[in-house]
Amino acid sequence: MADRFRQLFAEASAANRAVLLPYMTAGLPGPDTSLDMFKAMAAAGADGFEVGIPYSDPLMDGPTIHEAGLRAIAAGATVDSSLQLVEAIVAATAKPVVVMTYVNPILAIGVETFCERVARAGGSGLIVADLPAEESDEIAAACRAERIDLVLFVAPTTDDKRLAQVVARQPMFVYAVAELGVTGKRDRASSYAASVTRRIKAATDVPVVLGVGISNPAAAAAAAEVADGVIVGSALVRRVLDAANPKDAAAELSAAVAELATAMRRD
Amino acid sequence: MSIQHPPTTQGRFGDYGGRFAPETLMPALLELEAAFNSAWADPGFHAELDALLADYVGRPTPVFRASRLSERHGIDLWFKREDLAHTGAHKVNNTIGQALLAQRMGKPRIIAETGAGQHGVATATACALLGLECVVYMGAKDVERQALNVYRMQLMGAEVVSVEKGAATLKDAVSEAMRDWVATVENTHYIIGSVVGPHPFPLIVRELQKVIGEELQRQLDGSAGKPKPDVIVACVGGGSNSMGIFHPYRGSGVDLVGVEAAGHGIASGAHGASLVAGSPGVLHGSRTYMLQDEQGQVVEAHSISAGLDYPGVGPEHSLYRDEGLARYVAITDDDALAALKVMSATEGIIPALESAHGLAWILANAAELKGKTVVLNLSGRGDKDVQQIAKFGG
Repeated sequence: MADRFRQLFAEASAANRAVLLPYMTAGLPGPDTSLDMFKAMAAAGADGFEVGIPYSDPLMDGPTIHEAGLRAIAAGATVDSSLQLVEAIVAATAKPVVVMTYVNPILAIGVETFCERVARAGGSGLIVADLPAEESDEIAAACRAERIDLVLFVAPTTDDKRLAQVVARQPMFVYAVAELGVTGKRDRASSYAASVTRRIKAATDVPVVLGVGISNPAAAAAAAEVADGVIVGSALVRRVLDAANPKDAAAELSAAVAELATAMRRD
Repeated sequence: MSIQHPPTTQGRFGDYGGRFAPETLMPALLELEAAFNSAWADPGFHAELDALLADYVGRPTPVFRASRLSERHGIDLWFKREDLAHTGAHKVNNTIGQALLAQRMGKPRIIAETGAGQHGVATATACALLGLECVVYMGAKDVERQALNVYRMQLMGAEVVSVEKGAATLKDAVSEAMRDWVATVENTHYIIGSVVGPHPFPLIVRELQKVIGEELQRQLDGSAGKPKPDVIVACVGGGSNSMGIFHPYRGSGVDLVGVEAAGHGIASGAHGASLVAGSPGVLHGSRTYMLQDEQGQVVEAHSISAGLDYPGVGPEHSLYRDEGLARYVAITDDDALAALKVMSATEGIIPALESAHGLAWILANAAELKGKTVVLNLSGRGDKDVQQIAKFGG
């Protein structure tokens, strides 16, 4: 399943464009309407998805995604329901999906069982926000056994020595953290997107996807100039949280994703 | 100074601990580890720290024999008087040390979380002393129940940020402090308040708190008519006062008893007893016993005492639990409140609600403890709790 992202990056690279990977919390706005959000984004130009499993204590996430997780949990979202959603997204949109979570839900279910379920749901890989390279061996091995891939992070604070250690582990892609700070909307342009991407590109051919704080078309366009992919999360999640009903939420997402995709064209 | 029972290079105490932190923080954790190792090996650092502990904090804190309670229960009962340390709790041992470390690393801004407010006050104190900027995250519920400590922090120049998220208590304050740190790590040091968090925090805080147990070893050494402890009792929230007094006695044969918060009772589910009733998981950067559901979602803790109202515990305590290096028990809100009143009326000492959990266990187990020398780590004074006790009809 990891091959699906490789193929996506290869095709996009051949077409001289960066891929747009919207993040969305599973189970929003409700258990029965969550799939519609992904369908709307797929139709509007999303290339693949980062699907967040709601977690009670998301240390790397700002207020928007934290609120989204708590709301989804309150509406009944579980790890199982989130992975069922992943399966439905892959079936309905034919887009590749990377699952995002934190270490504890993986441990609670069991590392091997968790990875097996992600693979069975058709997920291509795993992003674990509180898993640095040093702690990643066990989960990476379980991913390999299930032919899914682990994504690893490089932050603006990561020095070249650590960067080399991260890329040596051959992640599915490098998640390049574009901001010092947690996820969430920023009003200004990213201060680190270009520099952190350049440093990673100098060290590896592994695709680089920029995320954290990329919240508007201008920032996405700038990120798409340098990176192989762009993740936009909180700005989209906020639209779902604030929408009056699921139909409005899907329409808002559709418009926002179309605008991002247009802005990201390199021409 | 050599380090007894260090964690592995990956920060593990047995299966527990580690560094489950966002990549953005990893370089800071590695820098902190290097800075700590260098400072801890530097006699100059110790000289500076020891001088402040002596002249500013008032160490060594006394050991006091609680004669009336001893007589009443047939126990040789002693209190290690951390309540007499400057700011009224053991927390200051850690904050002075870490603030010196921040200064050494050239970080002018300090953040901290606080539950009862004692760690926040101790951090604000150390920052005022050393001229560092200070921001303290505190759950909104705790801001309300510990209003006096909020004002103390503000008097010392700290900014107190009220955290409205989640249960609005200590857990959420820790999370929010970590989020701040992810954004400000280049000029900010996070003075975590207990032996919790990603490596090297559990090690650093233990090393800074072990002064409690080391003093006790000298104070009750079996010479000159002084006994040696048979049993040492300390409350456990995150577990810094308990680890501070246990560590020097590890493997010595002394019965080490950690008292967690049973809240409304373990069966009620409303408690803070991670070691007694939790299971291993990852919380706030380290693998440890914690309160969680079968999906791995963190479950809110409950305790009458804000300092024990936390769903995790220091990773080294998890090792102690599994290896039988200490035993862990739990005491309800009601029993802690009753013990607070007993200590106040019998010994003229109003303890912190946290520390009262320790006394409550001793009183409940007086028959078993008869004839033994028992030391309670009186980790903090209760002034901060008086308003809340009055509210509970005390």
